[in-house]
Amino acid sequence: MFDILTLDSMVRVSAPLILACLAGLYSERSGVVDIGLEGKMLGAAFGAGAIAYLTANAWLGLLAGIAVAVVLALIHGFASITNRGNQIVSGVAINFLALGLTALLGQTWFRQGGRTPPLPEGGRFGSIELPFATEFANVPIVGQIYSELISGHNILVYIAFAMVPLTWWILFRTRFGLRLRAVGENPAAVDTAGISVTWLRYRAVIACGILCGVAGSYLSIAQSSGFIRDMAAGRGYIALAALIFAKWKPGNAMWACLLFGLLDAWAFRLQGQEIPGIGQVPVQFFQALPYILTVILLAGFIGKAIPPKASGEPYLKERT
Amino acid sequence: MTGTPAIELRKINKRFGPVHANKDIDLVVGKGSIHGIIGENGAGKSTLMSILYGFYQADNGDILVDGKKVSIPDSKTAIALGIGMVHQHFMLVDTFTVLENVILGAEGAALLGGGVSKARKELSRLENDYGLKVDPDALIQDLPVGLQQRVEILKALYRGADILILDEPTGVLTPAEADHLFRILEVLRDQGKTVLLITHKLREIMAITDTVSVMRRGEMVATRKTSETSMPELAELMVGRSVLLQVEKKPAKPGKTVMKVDGLDVIDSRGVKVVKDVSFEVRAGEIVGIAGVSGNGQSELLETLAGIRKASKGTLWIDGDQSNLGETRIDPAEMRDKGLGHVPEDRHRMGLITKFAEYENSILGYHKDPKYAKGPFLDIPAIKANANAEIEKYDIRPPNCQLKTANFSGGNQQKVVLAREIERDPTVLLVGQPTRGVDIGAIEFIHKRLVELRDAGKGVLLVSVELDEIRSLADRVLVMFDGKIVGERGAQADEGELGLLMAGVEGDAR
Amino acid sequence: MSAGQLPRWVDFGLIPAFNLAAAFLVSGLVVLLIGENPIEAVKILIWGSLGYGEGIGFTLFNATNFIFTGLAVAVAFHAGLFNIGGEGQAYVGGLGVALACLALDRYVPWWVTLPFAVLGGALFGAAWAFIPAWLQAKRGSHVVITTIMFNFIGAALMGYLLVDVLVKPGSMQPETRTFEEGGRLPLLNALLPGDFFGTSQVNLALIIALIACVFVWALIWRTRLGYEIRTFGANPAAAVYAGISPVRITIITMMISGGLAGLMAINEIMGAQNRLLLEFVSGYGFVGIAVALMGRAHPIGIVLSAILFGMLYQGGAELSFEMPAITRDMIVVIQGLVILFAGALEYMFRPALVQIFSFARTPATQAV
Repeated sequence: MFDILTLDSMVRVSAPLILACLAGLYSERSGVVDIGLEGKMLGAAFGAGAIAYLTANAWLGLLAGIAVAVVLALIHGFASITNRGNQIVSGVAINFLALGLTALLGQTWFRQGGRTPPLPEGGRFGSIELPFATEFANVPIVGQIYSELISGHNILVYIAFAMVPLTWWILFRTRFGLRLRAVGENPAAVDTAGISVTWLRYRAVIACGILCGVAGSYLSIAQSSGFIRDMAAGRGYIALAALIFAKWKPGNAMWACLLFGLLDAWAFRLQGQEIPGIGQVPVQFFQALPYILTVILLAGFIGKAIPPKASGEPYLKERT
Repeated sequence: MTGTPAIELRKINKRFGPVHANKDIDLVVGKGSIHGIIGENGAGKSTLMSILYGFYQADNGDILVDGKKVSIPDSKTAIALGIGMVHQHFMLVDTFTVLENVILGAEGAALLGGGVSKARKELSRLENDYGLKVDPDALIQDLPVGLQQRVEILKALYRGADILILDEPTGVLTPAEADHLFRILEVLRDQGKTVLLITHKLREIMAITDTVSVMRRGEMVATRKTSETSMPELAELMVGRSVLLQVEKKPAKPGKTVMKVDGLDVIDSRGVKVVKDVSFEVRAGEIVGIAGVSGNGQSELLETLAGIRKASKGTLWIDGDQSNLGETRIDPAEMRDKGLGHVPEDRHRMGLITKFAEYENSILGYHKDPKYAKGPFLDIPAIKANANAEIEKYDIRPPNCQLKTANFSGGNQQKVVLAREIERDPTVLLVGQPTRGVDIGAIEFIHKRLVELRDAGKGVLLVSVELDEIRSLADRVLVMFDGKIVGERGAQADEGELGLLMAGVEGDAR
Repeated sequence: MSAGQLPRWVDFGLIPAFNLAAAFLVSGLVVLLIGENPIEAVKILIWGSLGYGEGIGFTLFNATNFIFTGLAVAVAFHAGLFNIGGEGQAYVGGLGVALACLALDRYVPWWVTLPFAVLGGALFGAAWAFIPAWLQAKRGSHVVITTIMFNFIGAALMGYLLVDVLVKPGSMQPETRTFEEGGRLPLLNALLPGDFFGTSQVNLALIIALIACVFVWALIWRTRLGYEIRTFGANPAAAVYAGISPVRITIITMMISGGLAGLMAINEIMGAQNRLLLEFVSGYGFVGIAVALMGRAHPIGIVLSAILFGMLYQGGAELSFEMPAITRDMIVVIQGLVILFAGALEYMFRPALVQIFSFARTPATQAV
């Protein structure tokens, strides 16, 4: 259950989850609840797939993916920050918009039932052999882990894992991070310190869009070769669950996503197999487990997940 | 007072919708002094200070800082002008360390590293200069409120504030912490800072300020040198020589005890004990008034007796029926069954649902009464008939029970609540701030009703911060200070004496 | 809430109309973007959904689903709760309906099965809402997040049951056997003279949906429980003052909400599919949010907006047939836009309207 192949697939599954989870972290740490991670990933996957196909350039595809996700994030920001609308409703709207628009435009532009055509050479991020991967392959355990588990992924996987310490650093070692964390806890404290709550939250939402953009692009131009309908397939929600499970902390977020990725890898590997002492475990159990764990955590039965204090609440200065 | 004043305000006005929170305010604050601004809750003190700190904008009027006319569109500008503010509700991030809170908004550079070490040095300098000691790495949520407040002061000083505004700084402090704060403020003044102290506590004004200005109902009514005034004079200025009509009433004929409270303790959500070992009784046919400056535990006392808050200890008897409030919270519905009526202090927050129609509000808390039900259904014709009868009897205007109560004036809203609670014929009626935000005509009406209720042999417990109201209605007056009942006086209590009790200056219990 | 009051007809009529117009305007732009004529598209859409009996039948069939899920969201709204778990509650409700039908369909006529199916759907839907409600009331976990989680847990549960437990023996399809006559609701076409509704699946569940509307209206505005629900939703502090238990109201309201969502399966499973199958809810639960928002959480409003969404579904199908460039995904886009403009951007036009109307009159309001 912990063989290299399973772990390898865990890494691949986790990478987009980590990106989306960190995306949500920026937004929610600033006090803007985002259940639209799914939609932003989907939009980005489509943008990336389409542009990578047309330009045969994976990097341009990535840029396009990021652009789409940022636009969707700005819509969410406009609704929830500027208009002080309901953030949950806005997130639901973003998910619907992305689901419909990607399929509709995909069909209009490529006429392949909402998918984009397979990517040409150069349109996809290939796997990267790390130095000495082949040489170390025969060293037991350590070499194996290096050459088979750590080496051989595409660049976005490495970006995803690099984003974890980077996000931690931004959050806890920069001015922006300090203010971001403050505005999610007590926007009035930020306001009285002479900082614009609105602009700060917009920047958080944009950061969320950028990371969702990378996450979505990963799906269509790194993991697969091209976009297919509804390809986010609930990953945005899993990422949201992971974010709660991680108690809104970057390091925890990575572990939560790896755990959920492992469950996914197991679900696939153990299909129809007997687990000694337990018997056959239905694949759906593994699918549901991330959500079940999150609910149990939320209910305070294992630790307590306390969201940023001001999350979900529009900031209103004037008294009513 | 010599030299340019630190702050000068000229004809400041601010309205919130129909509420005129500040009317033509003039104020001169001398440099290097402690200037107190005193007034009742809702007198407009906090609004005025928020304008000075750029949190709100005045509708018109001028602000001069160091003799120069300035406009303060936001807090950033205020900070740049050397104005710092310690808010009544601390503007701190609970999950942050002291250091993080201090540098928030004044980090210096995009990376925290340099700013943090600079702040650390600066904090230890401030600690030496002013005696403001706090562990810079402690989390705010782990600090007692006194230290949290110190962090607020440090925040302002770290930003180079020369003028420090403190809004009701002692509201959350123990007396010892308050004394410590005053010593700090004196040090600050002696080092050349200007301090503006907003409070409603006379004792503080007398203890610490050099000059005092009094606000009442949005207006600045007087400014005095502290050494040349007295507590009774300030109390009179604060409350105002009232235009209240004296209520005509016969002497009370108290009967048997209808409500008895023994050894009541209440701890609020912050873990602060707000009601301390309170015991008293109310007899049939008398109005017992609880006087006190707001925030001394009266609100919590009232809510606990009504079943809204849980007590940590204490026994309650209503008409001889005993309940142990320390064990379980008696639900408000059960309290009503025991014969308790409750006119809550804040009708908007609790007493009414302003978006409901008048007739729907007329059964709030009594919606399970079989009179208004047909099985699981509401008997709307019966409810409306009852509502219309109350509208008639209490002269509620406009006389339309279909109208949302949001569209009623404050006085009529209060009559809706009063009618609802009195017409259920309670054994004891709890009444909080019955005339807050109510026009003169309605005040007279409400007072009459309360006296009638008394004369009908009911017990009334009246909580009010309006001393005149207490004096004209109550047959016995209990004064609350710092969660305790510090004295009891008869119907004709002397105003000055009550004022001193309310200020915590003297008390029978001490 | 926000300063300034508007006349009722503006709040309940003009603002939703503006929001809807904005959503449709943007939808029109999308149609232009994919190179079709929006006016032409609207014509086809309206004709396809209302122009002939069969079209009307399909519109009403879809509307039936929307009424149930819209009512579910609305009831929770009145208590200030946001139930976005309608999707999962309807799905699990389907299990209750199917179990009743599978147990009885061979032995009794449909009208004997129906009460059991209604009970089954409502109970299972309510049960699926109970856990998130209980967790919010007792453990403080927010109902919005837990109901999302329960949508997925429900999907996994149903997937497992259909693939491994309830599947028709010998079949590869993850679905139950088809119900016999005793587990099928009659189609309206069969009950009415003539052949007005054609092959459309509109069935007796429409009547049940309308009864549910009356039920919700009476519950919310005419019963003591409804009074407590509205009080709690409008002012929780006043509810406590009035002796109303927040725990009790949260749990009961969410269970009623879940039960209504579960009833959607009466239309879809007992009325149309006649078997339990994977993913039959397919977004109706989520769109219920839009239906409730647009209908201002009032049954009459919900019926109207359910019909509007029903038209979109049916007209959209017709549209994708007539204008192949406009696939059914266009409907999803329009839904998204309606949710965005009527929901999240609800207040966008309000400040301007308040300005306009405050010129006209001086409100006799009392500020807080």
